[in-house]
Amino acid sequence: MHADAHGHAHGHGHEHVHHPAHQHHFQTMEQQAEAATLGMWAFLVTEVMFFGGLLMAYLLYRVWYPEAWSEGSQELNIILGGFNTVVLIGSSLTMALAVRAAQTGWRKGTIVYLILTMLLGLTFLVVKVFEYKEKFDTGHVPGPNFHFEGPFEGAAEIFFSLYFGLTGLHALHMVIGFGILSVILWMAWKDKFSPEWYTPVELSGLYWHFVDIVWIFLFPLLYLVDRAHNVV
Amino acid sequence: MLSGIPLFPTQASTIASEVDNLYFFIVAVTAFFALLVVILVTIFAIKYRDDTGLKVGAPITGSIPLEIGWSLLPFVVAMAIFVWAATVYFHAVRPPDQTLEVYSTGKRWMWRFQHVDGQREINQLHIPVGRPIRVTFTSEDVLHDLYIPAFRVKADAIPGRYSSIWFTPTKTGEYHLFCAEYCGTRHSGMIGTVIVMEPDEYQAWLSGGGLTGPMSARGEQLFQQLACSTCHLSDGSGRGPSLAGVFGSQVTLQTGQKVLADESYVRESILTPQMKIVNGFQPIMPTFQGLVTEEQLLSLIEYLKTLSANPAAGQQASAGAPAAPAAAPQGERR
Amino acid sequence: MLATESPVNYLNVNTSVASWLFTKDHKRIAILYMVFVTLAFILGAIFAAGVRLELTTPEGDLVSADTYNKLFTMHGVAMVFFVLIPVVPAILGNFALPLMLGAKDVAFPKLNLLSWYVFVLGFTFTVVAMVTGGVDTGWTFYPPYSTDGSNSNVLLAGIGVFVTGFSSILTGLNFMVTIHRMRAPGLTWFRLPLFVWALYSTSLVMVLGTPVIAITVAMLAVERAFGLGFFDPRLGGDPVLFQHLFWFYSHPAVYIMILPPMGVISEVIACFSRKNVFGYSFVAFSSLAIAIFGFLVWAHHLFVAGISPYSALVFSFLTYAVAIPSAVKTFNWTATLYRGAIWLKAPMIWVFGFLGLFLVGGLTGLFTAALGVDIHIHDTYFVVAHFHYIMVGGAIMGYFAGLHYWWPKITGRMYSDTLAKLAALLVFVGFNLTFFPQFILGYLGMPRRYHMYPPEFQVLNVMSSGGAAVLGIGYLLPMIYFIWSLYRGEKAGANPWLATGLEWQTQSPPLPHNFPAQPVVTEGAYEYSKREIKVA
Repeated sequence: MHADAHGHAHGHGHEHVHHPAHQHHFQTMEQQAEAATLGMWAFLVTEVMFFGGLLMAYLLYRVWYPEAWSEGSQELNIILGGFNTVVLIGSSLTMALAVRAAQTGWRKGTIVYLILTMLLGLTFLVVKVFEYKEKFDTGHVPGPNFHFEGPFEGAAEIFFSLYFGLTGLHALHMVIGFGILSVILWMAWKDKFSPEWYTPVELSGLYWHFVDIVWIFLFPLLYLVDRAHNVV
Repeated sequence: MLSGIPLFPTQASTIASEVDNLYFFIVAVTAFFALLVVILVTIFAIKYRDDTGLKVGAPITGSIPLEIGWSLLPFVVAMAIFVWAATVYFHAVRPPDQTLEVYSTGKRWMWRFQHVDGQREINQLHIPVGRPIRVTFTSEDVLHDLYIPAFRVKADAIPGRYSSIWFTPTKTGEYHLFCAEYCGTRHSGMIGTVIVMEPDEYQAWLSGGGLTGPMSARGEQLFQQLACSTCHLSDGSGRGPSLAGVFGSQVTLQTGQKVLADESYVRESILTPQMKIVNGFQPIMPTFQGLVTEEQLLSLIEYLKTLSANPAAGQQASAGAPAAPAAAPQGERR
Repeated sequence: MLATESPVNYLNVNTSVASWLFTKDHKRIAILYMVFVTLAFILGAIFAAGVRLELTTPEGDLVSADTYNKLFTMHGVAMVFFVLIPVVPAILGNFALPLMLGAKDVAFPKLNLLSWYVFVLGFTFTVVAMVTGGVDTGWTFYPPYSTDGSNSNVLLAGIGVFVTGFSSILTGLNFMVTIHRMRAPGLTWFRLPLFVWALYSTSLVMVLGTPVIAITVAMLAVERAFGLGFFDPRLGGDPVLFQHLFWFYSHPAVYIMILPPMGVISEVIACFSRKNVFGYSFVAFSSLAIAIFGFLVWAHHLFVAGISPYSALVFSFLTYAVAIPSAVKTFNWTATLYRGAIWLKAPMIWVFGFLGLFLVGGLTGLFTAALGVDIHIHDTYFVVAHFHYIMVGGAIMGYFAGLHYWWPKITGRMYSDTLAKLAALLVFVGFNLTFFPQFILGYLGMPRRYHMYPPEFQVLNVMSSGGAAVLGIGYLLPMIYFIWSLYRGEKAGANPWLATGLEWQTQSPPLPHNFPAQPVVTEGAYEYSKREIKVA
């Protein structure tokens, strides 16, 4: 192996201007963007495994306690859950539009769509607060004060543990996403994005879409158990 | 001087020699491959030694036939061990049809044993030599594990579930019994002794012991006291199904599913009766969670076993309950 | 020609504390990890000393039962999460990977630094848990004892483990992207050094497996703290579910612990045989195979926990399958020595130690995978001996081989070859004295995690404890001669071992940005036979 002389010296009269966001351990902006994107996809895979543990527990206990799942699910507010689903899907739309805006160098559009995404995300979280409060009031929060009518109380407590675990973890990811988008919004305000470089918007978009997809799994798994059969 | 130091455990059950023979085979395989590699490495390190650091090695990069060879040979050997081990394992986890039943509950930090004839012991287990014995057990609190090294058997004791081990003792004597799943402060104190006796000595021990009567009689008493008999009429006309002949049979549920009425089924039916409703009956049985102890549950199970009495079932050491029905698996969840 | 050595290197370019604490240089981050991993090792060793001291007598007469239970728990937690998992990837991997790839740094240097801070944070939580009362659940945290039986700092320790897991995830992520995207021109996958293949395979496991232990520990923590029911049998929950989730990570975790040291072995054997590793692509693919198959065997930890016999069959079969790639590696390493030019320097002696001990450790896996035998030896000292042979005899010895190999590159100094060989010998002998008797104890039936034991087990226990003392001395030696080398060691030069590999084609210690000019690769990783020998 031998070292080659056409290295990448900088400082004194070289060929091209560095983009301010170019990190110097990368040789080109393309390499940097590809690495960042690969990194984000790999990170999303870890998130799948993270939620996966809870989903495995859900799978096992649903098979063991179908009645408790059915009864527990009926106690969740399908209107609010459905509304939240629409809100979140909408926010994924606005997020995608924000990425597109950044990609085409449309600063105002990027800012507007990012704000819309954040507002929709906030709406989701506010609705969740109402839902959680309702669960507190009806004594469906697992722990010493849990109470559930009927013979399936034990398994119902497991159902609600998984409900709070899954939706709580999801909500935590939304809060983190909100924080990320605030930073991206600030960067957009400072006009840092351009068709040459909009990677942070794109990667935040990937994250946001992932959080949306998780909800699309959670909604039917938690809210829609046995709804076709029950008149409640 | 060294005679007092044990280096190998006693073989005191029929399965022990099976396990040990397999063990010796694996020792031989291990020793073979270990010696092979160690000897080769030593030879090469000496024969090809170059202390200058300046020579280079031969330009060898590999050999497909060798790679295939040393992948296939270990695989074949591994499969041989796997198959042999699996047969020993299935033998160890499948009790024969006729076994002497003993029940146990583990709790921090003791093992309580109940013989069907009524004897109760703590941290000691008296059993006769020469016949198959099955111990069915659970935990009242955290995980434990019932382990008898001389018999080469162990299984975890899991709260909420039944486990079982079986063995046929081959030698009289006293053997260690250990808890083999960490359970807190006195985990290493949760030990006992298994006392294997000649059959006539065991008989003598049985009649000298507990005067509380057979487990099944205690179970029958509970059945009355807890008012089970008011719904579970034996002629089938009650609000609950008759329990005659139920234990060990296939029960059809409301959902159409059929389940085996084993120890776990009975326990579940008493503690969480709504989980499985028998076909043709209403879900009105109340739960007895908190109203019966694990030991009382085992007595009730023994009682139900007598209701499935097959007069030709194997002779027990006493006039008490007959053997458990065929091949009831240890309390496993579906 | 080799680049002329510049007086500036990554160590002396800036010596302020801030330049270390805010560094983005992978080489400095490696050293930062080394400090904390070594601290954790010392901590874990102290706990082990407590355990072995108590076990010299059958009675529980040195410490109380609760204290003993905390000692072995904290020994396990410190060693597994804060030593074995990060020791090779976060130290040697961080240092060598970009150099081996001809890159200036890893893909995400800031994330790399963050991973170190996360590690330190997790370590801090855990140490606080240890000093404010300790944890006594065993490093495996099984419920119901850990949720509802133990009065110790389960939550704090759980948080420590949870946080540290993210350090592992970030490192794995970083390495994966680095290997995919930052290889030098001409450095195709099959020209990569085998250490890189090992790190890549390890990264797969880190990324896919670690999140599962994170969520599992989180579930345990909320059950303990808030009474949420996931594993509580009183609600109908299943304590064995915890075991499945726990081991789904913790078994692949042992491959995180052994794959990188195996990569080190390949590097050192190639160098000190002056030869290509025999069966390069088989060794490379075996790393991947181990990583993937390693995810399929977790329930061999649950053979007596009430799983169905048919399920046990499947897992036993797969466990034998995963043993094969390790056997393949061992044979390939042996064949590498054949007609090599064996230079018996210290790193190679550590490699021989690894081979001897890893052999026993791996082969004794054949016993534990055997269903019929495992019923007898599960949760006995046989298993303890088995995993210590692999983790300490294998992984730690592999780490030391790598440390001795790359020390001249990391520090620019040579250490005493004689003392290093003596240390290897002491460790090898001490290790066998400590752990071989435990195979016998285990088959005799002595269970694990026992504070007191029947008196007939004493002689073997005393042997084991005596061996531990020798082992301890063996580990103390490197600390002495390595530190001595920093002050009095002879200067190493760029390539004291006359090795191939991009990391040896630049000065020792390397420049802050590794290479004066971008290297270009034109040949495979171990082309010793083609080269002219150059004296550095």
